[in-house]
Amino acid sequence: MDLIKSLEAPDRGFPELYPGDEVRVHVRIVEGGKERIQVFPGIIIRLRKGGNDKSFTVRRIASHGIGVERTFLYKSPRIEKIEVLRHSKVRRAQLYYMRDLRGKKARLKEQVKVNRNK
Amino acid sequence: MKGIIGRKVGMTQVFDDQGTAIPVTVIEAGPCYVTQIRTLERDGYTAIQLGFDEVKSRRNNTSRLTKPAQGHLRREAVASANIPDVRVLREFRVKNGQTVDVQEGGTVLCDVFERGDVVDVVGISKGRGFAGTIKRHHFNRQKKTHGQSDRERAPGSIGSGTTPGRVYKGTRMAGHMGSERVTVKNLTVEVVDASRNLLAVRGSVPGAKGGIVIIKEAHTSRKNGK
Repeated sequence: MDLIKSLEAPDRGFPELYPGDEVRVHVRIVEGGKERIQVFPGIIIRLRKGGNDKSFTVRRIASHGIGVERTFLYKSPRIEKIEVLRHSKVRRAQLYYMRDLRGKKARLKEQVKVNRNK
Repeated sequence: MKGIIGRKVGMTQVFDDQGTAIPVTVIEAGPCYVTQIRTLERDGYTAIQLGFDEVKSRRNNTSRLTKPAQGHLRREAVASANIPDVRVLREFRVKNGQTVDVQEGGTVLCDVFERGDVVDVVGISKGRGFAGTIKRHHFNRQKKTHGQSDRERAPGSIGSGTTPGRVYKGTRMAGHMGSERVTVKNLTVEVVDASRNLLAVRGSVPGAKGGIVIIKEAHTSRKNGK
């Protein structure tokens, strides 16, 4: 196991994420030889743990009310930065029900006091 | 001929320069010792015999290997090289036109390969025991409903009736599956870590974690000019 670990991508100090978090993911994008950083804002609706293979899915409502989901690998070097704007009070690990909700219903209550150590 | 013996460590993913995730199998490859060189004159064929997997001596300093194995590793021709006790010996054929670029008693490390090399990996597949035709030969399942019972995973017909009056040889049926030598061809070497004797090849490799695998130059690969 330790032998495998030595090949895995290093921990880059991204914040710990939780389902329901409102985040801004800064992604490196190469376009025509030029590199720029794109921000993908949204809510984390899925968090898959698993050490080196950890990933999370961010859902945002793009223009015309179209929902867009994007899955990121937590350790991907393409991610420049992850900002956590706020935590939400959620009662599920996977927030797939957000896909069926529109407008004002698709809001999550903020959880101000974050005490998630067990 | 490039080749090395290793031990499968497990799978993970690494990122390439573009940041794309690549699934890789990590193999602890080498150090291997050249225990013998088979020559055309003496053995009738040319090959390099490598040894891998050092075994510790017992507490009273006697070797755990059998006497014949010890004798092979300590015979006069390689005595000066002090080859440690190795559990696994494998031979790598040297084809016509290739030269033997190692010497008896020498070592082979994982840096014989470099990133981008195309390799074949040989391992012993995981044993599946006595497996039915669905698992073993990818037959289809039969109906779960419509009055059938106990026939869901049955193979169906295995041949005609009175003519020919027998089941043809080689008809695919249930039987032992796995625990056999399997070669996976044309895997790319993605990582070479000489300091830890680690290789990572793209994709999966036969066998369980901890299993012995052989890594050698790809037999048919455009990159190797074949």
